[in-house]
Amino acid sequence: MSEAVATQLSGWGRTMPTVAQLVEANSSSQIADLITQSSSRGVLARGLGRSYGDAAQSGGATVIDMTTMTDFILNPDSMSVTADAGASIDSILREIVPRGFFVPVSAGTRIITVGGAIAADIHGKNHHRDGSFGAHVTEMVVIDGLGEQHTLTPKDSKFWATIGGMGLTGIITRATFTVIPIQSSYISVDTERAKTLDSVMSSMMERDHEYRYTVAWIDSVSSSGRGVITRGDHASIAQCNSEGIKDPESYDPKNIATAPGLVPRGLLNKLSVRAFNEGWYRKHPRSRSGELQRIGAFFHPLDGVQDWNRIYGPRGFLQYQFHVPDTASDLVGVALSKLREIGAPSFLTVLKRFGPGNQGPLSFPQSGWTLAADLPAGISDLGRTLDELDDRVSAVGGRLYLAKDSRQSPANFARTYPRLDEWRGIRDTMDPNHVFASDLSRRLEI
Amino acid sequence: MLDALGEPQSVLVLGGTSEIALATIKEMPRHRLRRVLLAGRPSESLDAAVAQLKARNIAGVESIEFDAKNTDTHGAIIDAAFDASDIDVVILAFGVLGDQMTAEEDPSHAVEIATVNYTGSVSAGLHIARRLKNQGHGTLVVLSSVAGDRARRSNFVYGSTKAGLDAFAQGLDAALEKTGAHVLIVRPGFVRTRMTSHLPEAPMTTNPEDVAKIIVSALKKGKSTVYAPGPLRFVMAGLKTLPKPLFRKLPS
Repeated sequence: MSEAVATQLSGWGRTMPTVAQLVEANSSSQIADLITQSSSRGVLARGLGRSYGDAAQSGGATVIDMTTMTDFILNPDSMSVTADAGASIDSILREIVPRGFFVPVSAGTRIITVGGAIAADIHGKNHHRDGSFGAHVTEMVVIDGLGEQHTLTPKDSKFWATIGGMGLTGIITRATFTVIPIQSSYISVDTERAKTLDSVMSSMMERDHEYRYTVAWIDSVSSSGRGVITRGDHASIAQCNSEGIKDPESYDPKNIATAPGLVPRGLLNKLSVRAFNEGWYRKHPRSRSGELQRIGAFFHPLDGVQDWNRIYGPRGFLQYQFHVPDTASDLVGVALSKLREIGAPSFLTVLKRFGPGNQGPLSFPQSGWTLAADLPAGISDLGRTLDELDDRVSAVGGRLYLAKDSRQSPANFARTYPRLDEWRGIRDTMDPNHVFASDLSRRLEI
Repeated sequence: MLDALGEPQSVLVLGGTSEIALATIKEMPRHRLRRVLLAGRPSESLDAAVAQLKARNIAGVESIEFDAKNTDTHGAIIDAAFDASDIDVVILAFGVLGDQMTAEEDPSHAVEIATVNYTGSVSAGLHIARRLKNQGHGTLVVLSSVAGDRARRSNFVYGSTKAGLDAFAQGLDAALEKTGAHVLIVRPGFVRTRMTSHLPEAPMTTNPEDVAKIIVSALKKGKSTVYAPGPLRFVMAGLKTLPKPLFRKLPS
């Protein structure tokens, strides 16, 4: 058995690290042993550490590094992939895109594991028509809190408690999910610049259903709420040929830069973000259609800059991502103006429409809108302002995304996930002794 | 757990009637506090401290029995506090000023000061460190004093206990490196409290609320040593290097 090493762990936002006993996963039986022999601090699986807050850290616990088990296989006949939980979406895409397939749901980063994608029930630019990742999982193998292995399918309530269950129902070791056929590694992208938040939102309401993928970037510094909507679908071979693309199936995204290790505090401030946002808005044409972009550029633009989370400096940052139903779409504008009032510089502010949610009691997406803004942790009044926003969001039936959360209160969480008790009932059958624990589960008293 | 903005959910105060500790809790964002344990000898003032925080709508405030001199009981008391749930911040706040002249005439009074301030803190501090290390996070706030920076004629018995405590806390911080646990040493100057109400005020005197603000800010920033007020750091650096004949001429 590989040895446990005391290791400081934090989320992608680099706030509030804790120290855990980190062990590399090497087999299902080893994982089962770690579960049955765990200390009172518990056990947690960790993937590539891209959740922003404290979901993949657990002070004093045994944290199992799943990224040492990475096998996967493409089953072209059934159009599915069966993968170890530690396999990364990056490695899977490198294998399947040249063979004409794509993952059913892609988050804003491909540097995540299959297990993490299921545990957080990630969503992407196609949520309005395809739902979240969990909706495309057909089977998974989970080791429960007693060390027993189960094969779960969408017929089981345990399956859905694990979708979006943040790793607290068991340790996912393998999963099978469907993939979609594609003709090329390019996306045909339509771009629309809109001068106000209202025009961004009404355009998305009207036209999102015409596209597989859509998302809007919002200029959070401008009081207009102007933005750039990008919409697209996988490009056909014919489209690539007509644009003179030589090798339309090739796929090999590379790092273009690495963020420096030491960044002074306050590099991202109101002025630098205002300048960035102005440039980003102007960079896009008022309207353009049929532009061919590589998969990496369209889905994972930040993956090209390794360790980009360092640019927020030593205090780290957080991402505030909430959902509100269509009946409360005005909260998108309220949130943007509240963040502007305290001078919160966010250059990554993303607005997206969600389709209906799935059966997972803790799955985040629900019909309506979701807004995500990256915010440096050090700005004053941030805590109070976000608490006020939490109240507004929860009052209209909205909620925060657990994979991003690092600061909501336990009461706000319980209020906004009304199926929490149902989930706890299933969790108690899978993990009666509550072996699985994270800093997130302690903070939110899950 | 601390959240991303460094706001604690649970606090344990050893020396639950300490005005500095109570002011520190009031300075913390109240809506994130879920559990506040005030440990001390059962007394009306401990009950009053609980009532004072409850009146501020702070959730989960309760008192637990703790006697700094009764070191045999420290382990069980601290274990019980941590077994119930993680503790983000522990404030080691108990201590007595004593009376220097009485102590010189009756060494048993000096022993009493040393037992509470030093021996009691070493015992409690080591038990707390063990539990913080086990949970992989948390900060032990040690209320030291500038009186420990350089011994003065007028209060060297008290000063020596704080010097010992300060050295202990520095070493404990080193011992906890890479465990996720931290030690924050707070060195206040003269603070207007019950402990000092009979004494003439010194220069740079502060109130418990001022010290509380410094502690809360230091916790957020992850500092390991702070003076209160901050500029005392430079005053004490000067005093520590002052030649003995000059130092002794200063008003005590």
